[in-house]
Amino acid sequence: MKLAAKVLKKPIASTLIAVLFGFIVAAVVLVAAGYNPGQSFGALFHGIFAKPKYISNVIIKATPIILTGLSVAFAFQTGLFNIGAEGQYIAGAVAAVLVGVKLDLPPVLQIPVVVMAGVLGGTLFGWIVGYLKARFGIHEVITSIMLNWIGLYLSNFVVASGTYHMPNSTSTYPVNPSSYTMLLPNWKTSKAGMAALKPHQWLYEVMLKTDVNFGFLVAVLMAAIIWYLLYRSAKGYELRAVGFNRDAAEFAGINVNKNITDAMVIAGALAGLAGALAITGTAPHKISTLAAFENNGFNGLSVALIAGSSPIGCIFAGLLFGGLLYGGQSVQQDVGAPTEIINIMIGTIVFFVALTKIVPVLAEKLEKRGAGHVQ
Amino acid sequence: MEVSTEYAVQMHGITKLFGSFCALDHVDLDVKKGSIHAVLGENGAGKSTLMNILYGLYQADSGEIYINGKKAEIKNPNTAIGHGIGMVHQHFMLVDNFTVTQNIILGNEVTGKFGIIDTKKAREEIIGIVKKYGLEVDPDAKIEDISVGMQQRVEILKALYRGADLLILDEPTAVLTPQEIEELIEIMRSLISGGKTIIIITHKLKEIKASSDVCTIIRRGHSIDTVPVADVDEEQLATMMVGHAVKLVVEKAPAKPGDVIFEIENLTVKNERGLEAVRNLSLKIRRGEILGIAGIDGNGQKELVEAITCLTRAQSGTIKINGVEIQNTTPRNVIDHKVSTIHEDRQRRGLVLPFTVAENAVIEKYRTPEFTRRGMIDRSRMTGFARRLIEDYDIRPAGCESQPVRGLSGGNQQKVIIAREISNEPELLIAVQPTRGLDVGAVEYVHKMLVRERDAGRAVLLISLELDEIMNVADTIGVIYAGSIVASFPQGKVDENTIGLLMAGGRLNETGSEST
Ligand SMILES: Nc1ncnc2c1ncn2[C@@H]1O[C@H](COP(=O)(O)OP(=O)(O)OP(=O)(O)O)[C@@H](O)[C@H]1O
Ligand SMILES: [Mg+2]
Repeated sequence: MKLAAKVLKKPIASTLIAVLFGFIVAAVVLVAAGYNPGQSFGALFHGIFAKPKYISNVIIKATPIILTGLSVAFAFQTGLFNIGAEGQYIAGAVAAVLVGVKLDLPPVLQIPVVVMAGVLGGTLFGWIVGYLKARFGIHEVITSIMLNWIGLYLSNFVVASGTYHMPNSTSTYPVNPSSYTMLLPNWKTSKAGMAALKPHQWLYEVMLKTDVNFGFLVAVLMAAIIWYLLYRSAKGYELRAVGFNRDAAEFAGINVNKNITDAMVIAGALAGLAGALAITGTAPHKISTLAAFENNGFNGLSVALIAGSSPIGCIFAGLLFGGLLYGGQSVQQDVGAPTEIINIMIGTIVFFVALTKIVPVLAEKLEKRGAGHVQ
Repeated sequence: MEVSTEYAVQMHGITKLFGSFCALDHVDLDVKKGSIHAVLGENGAGKSTLMNILYGLYQADSGEIYINGKKAEIKNPNTAIGHGIGMVHQHFMLVDNFTVTQNIILGNEVTGKFGIIDTKKAREEIIGIVKKYGLEVDPDAKIEDISVGMQQRVEILKALYRGADLLILDEPTAVLTPQEIEELIEIMRSLISGGKTIIIITHKLKEIKASSDVCTIIRRGHSIDTVPVADVDEEQLATMMVGHAVKLVVEKAPAKPGDVIFEIENLTVKNERGLEAVRNLSLKIRRGEILGIAGIDGNGQKELVEAITCLTRAQSGTIKINGVEIQNTTPRNVIDHKVSTIHEDRQRRGLVLPFTVAENAVIEKYRTPEFTRRGMIDRSRMTGFARRLIEDYDIRPAGCESQPVRGLSGGNQQKVIIAREISNEPELLIAVQPTRGLDVGAVEYVHKMLVRERDAGRAVLLISLELDEIMNVADTIGVIYAGSIVASFPQGKVDENTIGLLMAGGRLNETGSEST
C-alpha cells in the first residue's frame, strides 16, 4: 500500500494513468459506435510499431509538435499562456519559404540561413505578443489568437503572390534542395547509396520511404537546452520568478516587462523553429493554401499539458501524440472507424491529465487506508 | 482529561506527520463551553495545523476529537460545519466584487420557489445576527469597498450564519489596527454572552490577557501546559512558550548617530485613486539611528514605502541616499544603492511562494558573481548561502533550504525575508511591520537585529502600526498623519498619549516638539 501510494504520487504515474483512462474511454466509445476495441487498438499499435517506416514516420510527425509543445510549456513556466504557437509556427514556415525559395547557397550556409529565417519569423510573432503585453498590458491570449489568423492569411497571401506561387497549384515553389535537412538527401537516392542501403532492409525502408531528418535531434536538443535555461541559468530564474509572482519579482528589482517580452520571444522562436524544420525536413518543402489551421501549434498545447509543462516531458508527450495521430490513420483504414475516435481518445487523455491533480489525493487516501490496516 | 459534555471540543492525543516531519506529537486541547480559549506557541509550533485538523482541512494521523462529549469524525470542513465549528482564516476567502450578503450566503443559498435565491430572507437573517452580536457591518456594501477589519467581521458572520457554535480565529489580530483589535475583543465578548465558544490564536500576550479565559501552550508540536489566564503574567506566558526567559523590553545602548545618509524632502505621492496620499513629507535618518514612524493605517505609510522603493512615481520632491537622488528610478537602482526593504506584504511582495527557501534567499543577488558565473546559477553556493541564513536566523524547520517556502509557517516565512534583507548589508534598512505574525521570541529577535544593524552604522526606517514597537525600538519617533510627518521626538522625550493624540490628527500646544 505504502509503496503504491508513493509511486502514485509521482507526476509521471498520474500521467500514465491518465493515458490508460484515455484508452478505456476510447474503448467505450468504440463499442458504442459498433467497433471492436481490441481490433481497433490492434490496428493502432500496428500502425505505430509494425514497420520501421511507421516508427520513423511517428518520429517525423512528432518533431514539430515537440517543439511547439516546448514553446507552450516554456511560456507556461514563465506565467504566460502561449496559444499563439500556431501562428508562430506558420510564421516560421512562411519565413523559411520566403528565404529558401529565393536563396541558393551551399547547404552549410543555406540550411542555417533558412532555419534562422524561420526562427526569426516565429520570434517576430512572439515578440509582438510580449511587447503588447509588457507595454500596454494587453492579454497575450487575445493578441495571440489574432496573430494566429494574421499568420494564416499571411501564409495564403504568400502562396498567392506572384514570385512565389507555383503555376497550376495551390502552393508556393518548394525551397531549394540546398535547404533540405533530411539525412543524406542526395546520397540515399543515388546509385551508390541505394546499393549500400539495399542489404540493410530496415535502413533501406526508413531512409528511402520516409523523410528521415535532423529535426527530431534538434527538438531533443532544444528540450535539453530549455530545461537547462529554465532551471540552471540566471535568466531562467528570472523568468520563473516573474511567472510565479510578478509583484515579488518587481520588488526584488527584476525587470518584469523585459522578462515577459523575452519569454514570448523565446517561445515564438521555438514554434518558428518547428515551422522552419517542417519545411526543410519533410516533403513537400513548401507551403500551400490553408483553409483552416493545421493544428501544429494547437497540438503543442496538448503536448505541453500532457507533459505537465516539463521540457523533457514534451519529448515523450510529443511522441505519444505523434503516435496517436499517425497510428490513428490505420484505425480508419483497417477497421473503418472514423479518425474522430482517435481525436476523442486524445481528448480524453488530455482531459484526464488535466484532472491528474486528483491522483495524488487518491494516493493520500490509499496511504491512510494502508496506515489503518497496519494499526 | 475525562470526556465530558462540559467541553465544546476535546482533542486528545493528536499526532500529525508531514512526510517524516512530526508537526504535532500527541497534543491535547480541551475547550470549555462558553469560554475564550487561547492557543499560544512559537512560529511553526503547530497551532494552525491543530486548528486545520479540527476544521477538517487536515486529517490527524492518530488521536480523537470529541464535540460536546461525543466522539466525532471530522473528514472535511463540511462535517466540521455540521458539528457547529466555524473557522476564520488569516487570509480571507471572500469574493471582492460581491456584497457582504452575497458573500455570506455563497455556497449556502436559501432558495425559494423555482430555485431562486431568496436574498431578502438571507439579508434579514444576517441583520438579525449583526444586531445580536454588535457586529456592525453594512450587508449591502461590496467587499472591495470595506476595510480589512470589516472583512474579518464578514468572515465571522459567515461562520455564524452557517450555525457555528465554536469559532476558530487563526491570528485574527495580525491584520488589524489597534482600534480594530479592541472592537474585535468586544465582539468576542458578546459572542460568548450569546452562548458561543471561541478558540483564538495570537502571538500578542497582551491580547491574551485582555480577552481569554484559558491558554494552552504548544511548543514544537508538544502540549506544554494549559493555564487559567488570570493566574499568569505576560512574562510567564512567554517563558512557557519559548522554554526560556524572554525579555519583552528591548535592550539597547543609546544611539550614536553619525551623518545624515538618507533624506526625503517635500515628497508628494498620489495613491491609486489619484489622491495625494503623501503630502510634502520630509524626513532625515542618520547612520546608527532608528527612525520609527508611528501612525494609523492609511495615512500614507504604504505610498511612502512604494515611492522610496520606486514602485510608484513621486509627484514631486526628492529622495536621497548618500547624496544620490533615487526617486522615480527603478527598484533595481534602489537596491543597488544599498536600500533593503522588509515589505509588509510578505506573500505578495516578499516571497515567490513556489520557489525554494534557497531560491528566495538570493532573489536580489542571484546575478552577482557570488551566485552566477557565465549566466549559470551556482546551485551549491545558493543552497550553502541559504543554509547559513537558516542557521544564523534560526529558521525552522532546520534543513528546509530546498523546500518550497510555501510550506513554512507564517513566522518562518517572515524570518526568511528578514534574513535575506539584512544579509544584503544595506546602508538603509526599511522595515515595514516586520514583526507581524511573529511570536514573542521572534519579535525579540527581530528587534535585536534592528538594533544590531543600527549599531553597525546603518540607518533604519521602522514603520509600524504598533505603537509599542515604535516606542520601544526607535531612537527617534516620527508621527505620520494625512501623508505628512507632523512631529518627531527623541525616544524617551514623549509619552504614548501624546503620540496617540498626534496620530489621530490632534495638535500639540506645549512646546518641546520639534516639528519637521
Ligand atoms: N502542508 C505542509 N507540508 C509540510 N509541512 C508543513 C505543512 N504545513 C505545516 N507544515 C510544518 O508544520 C509545522 C507547523 O506549522 P503551523 O503552520 O501549524 O505553525 P504555526 O504554529 O501556525 O506557526 P505560525 O505562528 O508561524 O503561523 C511547521 O514547521 C511547518 O513548516
Ligand atoms: Mg499559523
